[in-house]
Amino acid sequence: MLEVKAINVAYGKAQVLRDLSLRVEAGEILCLLGRNGAGKTTTMKAIMGLLPLMSGQVVVAGEAISDQPPHKVPGAGVGYVPQGRRLFSELTVAQNLEIGLAANRSGQAVLDNVLELFPRLRERWSQRAQTLSGGEQQMLATARALCLQPKVLLLDEPTEGLQPSMIEAIRQVITVMRERGVAILLVEQRVDAVLSVADRVAFIENGRNLETVSADEIRADHSIVERHLGV
Amino acid sequence: MEFGPYLMLATLEGAVTAAVLALTAVGLSLVFGVMRVVNVAHGEFFMLGAVLAWWAAGLVGGHPALGFGLAILVVPILVGLIAVAADVTILKRIDYDPERTIVATIGILYIIQQLTLMTYGPEARPVEAPFNTRLALPWFEFADGRPQIYWPWGLSTTSYKLGVIGAAAAVLVGVWALMTHTRIGLLMRATQLDREMALAFGIPVERVYALVFGLGAGLAALAAVLIVPIQQAHYLMGGDPLLLSFIVVIIGGLGSLPGTVVAAILIGVSDGIISVFFSPTLAKILATLLVALVLVFRPQGLFGARRA
Ligand SMILES: Nc1ncnc2c1ncn2[C@@H]1O[C@H](COP(=O)(O)OP(=O)(O)O)[C@@H](O)[C@H]1O
Ligand SMILES: [Mg+2]
Repeated sequence: MLEVKAINVAYGKAQVLRDLSLRVEAGEILCLLGRNGAGKTTTMKAIMGLLPLMSGQVVVAGEAISDQPPHKVPGAGVGYVPQGRRLFSELTVAQNLEIGLAANRSGQAVLDNVLELFPRLRERWSQRAQTLSGGEQQMLATARALCLQPKVLLLDEPTEGLQPSMIEAIRQVITVMRERGVAILLVEQRVDAVLSVADRVAFIENGRNLETVSADEIRADHSIVERHLGV
Repeated sequence: MEFGPYLMLATLEGAVTAAVLALTAVGLSLVFGVMRVVNVAHGEFFMLGAVLAWWAAGLVGGHPALGFGLAILVVPILVGLIAVAADVTILKRIDYDPERTIVATIGILYIIQQLTLMTYGPEARPVEAPFNTRLALPWFEFADGRPQIYWPWGLSTTSYKLGVIGAAAAVLVGVWALMTHTRIGLLMRATQLDREMALAFGIPVERVYALVFGLGAGLAALAAVLIVPIQQAHYLMGGDPLLLSFIVVIIGGLGSLPGTVVAAILIGVSDGIISVFFSPTLAKILATLLVALVLVFRPQGLFGARRA
């Protein structure tokens, strides 16, 4: 469903991603693991078209989205939950979701469906996003991305700084999305959280692929993680 | 005349300045807020509005209201389209880089100014007001311990000046409604808050930018059309509105529309009063001093929220 083919990306002259490749199937969760600064966030921004590719390609459902201008990427069915949430802080919950709906011309049915997953957002409907608690903000950021009925969902450290109950809620939504056939690329720092949901794990270092293994292999042999992350 | 009526007259003159300034400054503020572009050419869009108003008004004969009506309908749109063209051909090409946009808009400033000098010439030319009745203004005095209304000699304004204030207020309400109650306003605010996330949610940011730049210039042009029956069109008239708009936008808080309007009223009215009682130069000196104080003690502006 999502294919990242040997992309090279730089900020100005500093190259960050080097021939990085990933592949996520529909109904699969691929977890991206790497140290701080390895290039995980950069990978997601590159997929969204927010950073220009020096070379390589990003393909979603057979369509090369990297040939399109960035604002066309969400229309191809890619939902993005960025690191740090990045809500439209002065807009209300309703307006944030309205923008998510507009991105792929989704209707009321989609919204109802999303709000079923996050009933709490209904209670906060006319509140500004910046007045929500951290957990509610993460719900909103996730709901905003789900509003465009994504085929591919990118989640960058969605549980960063959240309470355990909230982490569990987010984890459940991610599993629901997998069951609905969404291809999910997840960045997570905490290895135990990764192993509880991931199907496969891709290790990266300095913007390069290391190995990509199934989560079962790691569960069987935890030394793989130590070898690549040095924890 | 005694002090009271005199003060009222100065305040009214100031209110006209404030009305025109609010429109111009809101245009500048919008462009800075959404695009993060410091548009040094903003005053030239104002000047173009005045000059084109003179040209448009000359196209039709008959009652002056016809020519003026044509100008106010057509000129802001025309200037807006010129600004959109400048955005697409110049600002977009340099990727809205903050430093380069300043240099680029300085270039646009001189191009517009010199082209106007070459075609329109160095003369100052008036546009006739669509209506211009002299209105005597009442004042009150205490006679036998009771307030009594009377009409002091020389205390008057014109219906057109009141019309300018009303029109500016109506347009500002329109801009506010556009920003808060329409889909395009929502997209503009989202772009202002986080450009990258706007893109990630399918907002065509480049088109929003072109629209905002055109809207900002159109507001300046509209302000100029309103003032040109009082002030005359001249190719160098863009300097003062640019300076005052910058002052107002900084005092009001960069990118904050309500702050900009309040600051425009504050600066416009006090400019009117100080100009009448002391001198216009003192008014400009005080306004500039106020900006310096704001920048030192409250950089986010009097009404702006501190940016995180
Ligand atoms: N805006 C930027 N400009 C320049 N360098 C950046 C920028 N953002 C990130 N980097 C650099 O790119 C590298 C990868 O960063 P990032 O993708 O954020 O890492 P991760 O998400 O894996 O922690 C780091 O070395 C970081 O310093
Ligand atoms: Mg990161």
